[in-house]
Amino acid sequence: MENFMAWIEKRLPFMDAMNKHAIQYPAPKNFNFWYVFGILATVVLVNQILTGIWLTMNYEPSGDGAFASIEYIMRDVDYGWLLRYMHSTGASAFFVVVYLHMFRGLIYGSYQKPRELLWIFGMLIYLVLMAEAFMGYLLPWGNMSYWGAQVIIGLFGAIPVVGEELTIWIKGDYVISGATLNRFFALHVIALPLVLCVLVFLHIIALHEVGSNNPDGTDIKKPKGSVPPEEQSKFTFHKQYTKKYDIVDAIPFHPYYTVKDLVAVVIFLIGFSWVMFFAPEGGGYFIEAPNFEPANGLKTPEHIAPVWYFGPFYTILRVVPDKLMGALLMFAAIGMLFALPWFDRGTVRSIRYRSKLHLLNITQFAICFVILGILGTKPATDLNNLIGVIATFGYFGFFVALWFYSKGEKTKPVPERVTG
Amino acid sequence: MRKLIVTILACVPFLAFAAGPTMPLDKANNDLSDKESLKRGFEAYLQNCLGCHSLQYQRYNRTFRDLGISDEEGKEKYMPTGKNVGDHIQNAMPKKDAAAWFGTAPPDLTLIARLKSPDYIYTYMRSFYQDPERPFGVNNKVFKDVGMPHVLQGLQGLQTIDEHGELTPATGGQMSPEEYDEYIRDLTNFLEYVGEPNKLEREQMGYYVIGFLLILLVFSYLLKKEYWRDVH
Repeated sequence: MENFMAWIEKRLPFMDAMNKHAIQYPAPKNFNFWYVFGILATVVLVNQILTGIWLTMNYEPSGDGAFASIEYIMRDVDYGWLLRYMHSTGASAFFVVVYLHMFRGLIYGSYQKPRELLWIFGMLIYLVLMAEAFMGYLLPWGNMSYWGAQVIIGLFGAIPVVGEELTIWIKGDYVISGATLNRFFALHVIALPLVLCVLVFLHIIALHEVGSNNPDGTDIKKPKGSVPPEEQSKFTFHKQYTKKYDIVDAIPFHPYYTVKDLVAVVIFLIGFSWVMFFAPEGGGYFIEAPNFEPANGLKTPEHIAPVWYFGPFYTILRVVPDKLMGALLMFAAIGMLFALPWFDRGTVRSIRYRSKLHLLNITQFAICFVILGILGTKPATDLNNLIGVIATFGYFGFFVALWFYSKGEKTKPVPERVTG
Repeated sequence: MRKLIVTILACVPFLAFAAGPTMPLDKANNDLSDKESLKRGFEAYLQNCLGCHSLQYQRYNRTFRDLGISDEEGKEKYMPTGKNVGDHIQNAMPKKDAAAWFGTAPPDLTLIARLKSPDYIYTYMRSFYQDPERPFGVNNKVFKDVGMPHVLQGLQGLQTIDEHGELTPATGGQMSPEEYDEYIRDLTNFLEYVGEPNKLEREQMGYYVIGFLLILLVFSYLLKKEYWRDVH
């Protein structure tokens, strides 16, 4: 067996990669609650891929057959209902954990130098995830699937000159039809998941190159020779990390964080199961009621609401009276997040050692984001629009304010070592 | 001061959303585990509803199995001749003719309890009232100007509506109001069952899965604690 492993190792450095990325990867020892969502997102990704494969075995991607095939899965396929609910609950859970994961990055400054590219990859994952979710939502071919897609694809029609042609090109037809469903199916089950997996790979490789941030926002890799040996971490780390740096306050990812994350995964699964087994519709937010009747181009649902995770951006789109400007503002809202590392001109990462103003700014941003999300699922009344406008200002204001105050921000001294 | 503004802002949307649904629904209080009720509801459905409303995603034998009816008994008692027990619960009404007769084709009702809600069905079926303006002489308080006639008028009798929207029985039917409510509750129960035949199995499995996870949580926590003893 040992000979065999050595034979493999000479040809493919498997154990070396395992050591580099898990067994001897130095992770700060002070990770808190906020640091579990990356692993949870991975768990959900695996869930989506596995249940997706089995759903595909019985799903029929055609305008005539899609809706009935979902009911076939729900009724006639052994445990088909379980697979379907795991997948539909997983879609919402994905966004829950990804939003919390992003918020973690925001409060501890994990996007700051040298982690800008890591943040960009994360944002690309988020963007592809939204496309993936949008296309997946058309597949049950329910009435909300249909009208939701109608609204979003219609956005492209606002682009001057080429808009109309573009929407026809996207739909593959003059209206949303089986042709649209077929191409969305292809993109949802193969193209986007492939892109997603590649991006997740890059995200992790980029993370391991620059190293994990921590709640103190300090560096656990000190210049070689600057730390006396008795102060260095007593664990063995891969030479890639130790040859350039002295490592302090770190523990190997495996087994310490694998066993800690296991606890988080189990707690997450309890919540996930609770929704999946006892409230799979998620109160009408995870599976919207109008999706229990087939797509009907002649029957508009009373109130077209996007799934909750698109809420914030849908509200920003809606509060602008002009469709094109609204769409631009919506994309700008996502663009701002991409540019976050350059809006923040400060050098202190963690919210623990930054100014009161920063705390306040992040708090108002989070509140505005939640308000925008809630509004996105509600009808556009005058009052809702007014609140939406204010929250939109709060959203964009966060970035603008950050750019101004972060340069000469009054911060607290950052400790040399992590504080636990 | 700013914190105060933020807090106030956070509360505003919840006030705006306080407006409730247009018409309060009566609670159906049906019980999916009551097989006798489901069976009565199934029979009521076959007698009164299936003529116009198919259950095109639900199979006969699945229904028999879940309701505790043998295939032989079911075939004899509940199925039209020439159908197979594995067939979906369809009807013979041509959609085109139906659309001409009722203004719109009667919808399939397999998923109606999930599309609307059991409470909606329960309230709707008890909210027909006399309205000479409408083609069938009845209107519905929950679904205004519905194309459907009051199929169960013989059982319920006919109600009238006053200016406050209150319904009162005008002509009596074969059933007392209490009996009629029971009848509709059974029907609602059956429709909720048909909407998701696995619902009870799903919840049952949920208890086992969460029970298992809770035990796993204890052990994974102990494992974590054991490993983390060396971290200082």
